[in-house]
Amino acid sequence: MTDMSPATQPVMRMQNLDKVYPNGTVALKNLFLDVHPGEFVSLLGPSGCGKSTALKIAAGLAEHSAGRIQRPGEDEVKGIRAKAGDIGFVFQEPNLMPWLPVFDNVFLPLKLAGMSRADAAPQVEAILETVGLAGFAASYPRELSGGMKMRVSISRALVTKPKLLLMDEPFAALDEITRNKISQDLLQLWQATGSTVIFVTHSVFESVFLSNRIVVMAARPGRIIGEIGVDAPYPRDASFRLSPDYAAHCREVSALLTRAMES
Amino acid sequence: MADESVPLAHPETKRLAERPSRLTTVLRETGPTVAAGLAFIALWELAVHTFGISKFVLPPPSMIVVSMIADFPYLMHALAFTAGITIAAFAAAVVSGILGGLLLTLHRDVERMLWPYAIALQVTPMVAIAPLVIIWVGLDRVWLGLMILAWLVAFFPMLANTVQGLKSADRGLQDVMTLYQASRWQRFRHLQLPAALPYILTGARISSSLAVIGGVVAEFVAGSGASTGLAWVIVESGTMLDVPRMFAALFILSVFGLAIWWLTSMVQARLLSRWHESEMGGER
Repeated sequence: MTDMSPATQPVMRMQNLDKVYPNGTVALKNLFLDVHPGEFVSLLGPSGCGKSTALKIAAGLAEHSAGRIQRPGEDEVKGIRAKAGDIGFVFQEPNLMPWLPVFDNVFLPLKLAGMSRADAAPQVEAILETVGLAGFAASYPRELSGGMKMRVSISRALVTKPKLLLMDEPFAALDEITRNKISQDLLQLWQATGSTVIFVTHSVFESVFLSNRIVVMAARPGRIIGEIGVDAPYPRDASFRLSPDYAAHCREVSALLTRAMES
Repeated sequence: MADESVPLAHPETKRLAERPSRLTTVLRETGPTVAAGLAFIALWELAVHTFGISKFVLPPPSMIVVSMIADFPYLMHALAFTAGITIAAFAAAVVSGILGGLLLTLHRDVERMLWPYAIALQVTPMVAIAPLVIIWVGLDRVWLGLMILAWLVAFFPMLANTVQGLKSADRGLQDVMTLYQASRWQRFRHLQLPAALPYILTGARISSSLAVIGGVVAEFVAGSGASTGLAWVIVESGTMLDVPRMFAALFILSVFGLAIWWLTSMVQARLLSRWHESEMGGER
């Protein structure tokens, strides 16, 4: 939301961020982005606008070429790096270990952090319960549908109780009905956990339904060209999709996106 | 929260569907194989008698069976020798192949240093090295020479598959490990090794049958009297024109090779059963 009090420390801050590939392609140019606690921010833009790259940089999965980034828990002055688990990431693909059952896939981040299986079990079971997969702890990813795999992937990202949850077009491969259902469940989870989310998408409808702030990006070079706040109250359910408010926001965002494509 | 779709193959439903048809499935799977084998043997027997083919050229199956029974202790003794050599060589190939694969993937420079020599070892015909190896180990320890030769043949597929497997971990899964700041060892233990397992098991299957071939060829090369395996039985029976016994030894050799193949397939199926593509999709 735009009316954040200046006293709030952003969870993540990107300042003047550039990303130039070795072949000279400018993926990101002068990116400024502050994300505050409790926000649900969507990065929306055409393909090639660098929105996924920005997210990967935020997660530490890619390096930026110039500018500054401050991740949650990080202190550049004191040289403190972000802790593993402070950032959750949901990829385009579920990216589950095919050889591990659902329980062990969700347990993995805690295991890598040195937690014992017994200590982690209540946490893992609770999160599986929340995403509606309580009965599938022993199933293998191969045995699950696309939507269920994505739920496991979200569980894995949330199990460390991250300060920031990054999502990179997580529902792009799902059919629309599944996508609508899982979007609604994601909002419930977001509200229940009070987490902060940056959500990359190329769908106007998805961004309006989910976020309270939409950051629109343009390509060549990748940059931010505008921001739109969605002030509709949460919880939002299917009826929100039918409201005039939703339609108005979609129109507004579409118009800005069109400008992004032309510029 | 309701699930948006039913899982494709929930373990419960799958198990229930399988139980009553277990025997029928086995019969359906093996029935045609056994029938084809029996038909082939019957035709063979019939052809030999109809065309009056000499037993020195192609003995009828019945005569091979008689020979097998008559020389049973002798053949089994030979089998034990060949099997011992093969299994020892195979085990050595598995252990050395996996360790070698680990070593090669440790660092790009190690790979640059050693990989070409591994290939050189692979492309040098084993038959050409055999006499040398036999001389080195001495004629009183021919079994050791045979083992080394069989190992040389079985080693490469194990090595190559391990190397490929360790390098084949999915990009997205690597990102997951990076995100959670996994250590080098954690990355190996929780990603690379399990990802390599299907490759390693395929390597083991190939090298198991190569160990049999390597053992037999080495025995042929080692020559007269120095060894007492099945290959020697074939050579010896050949010089004595005991063609039925040649066939008997050949048959036992094939059954042994099949048994090894079947065993490694079982291990593969057991280890990959629930997660890997290659072992799923039983319904055809």
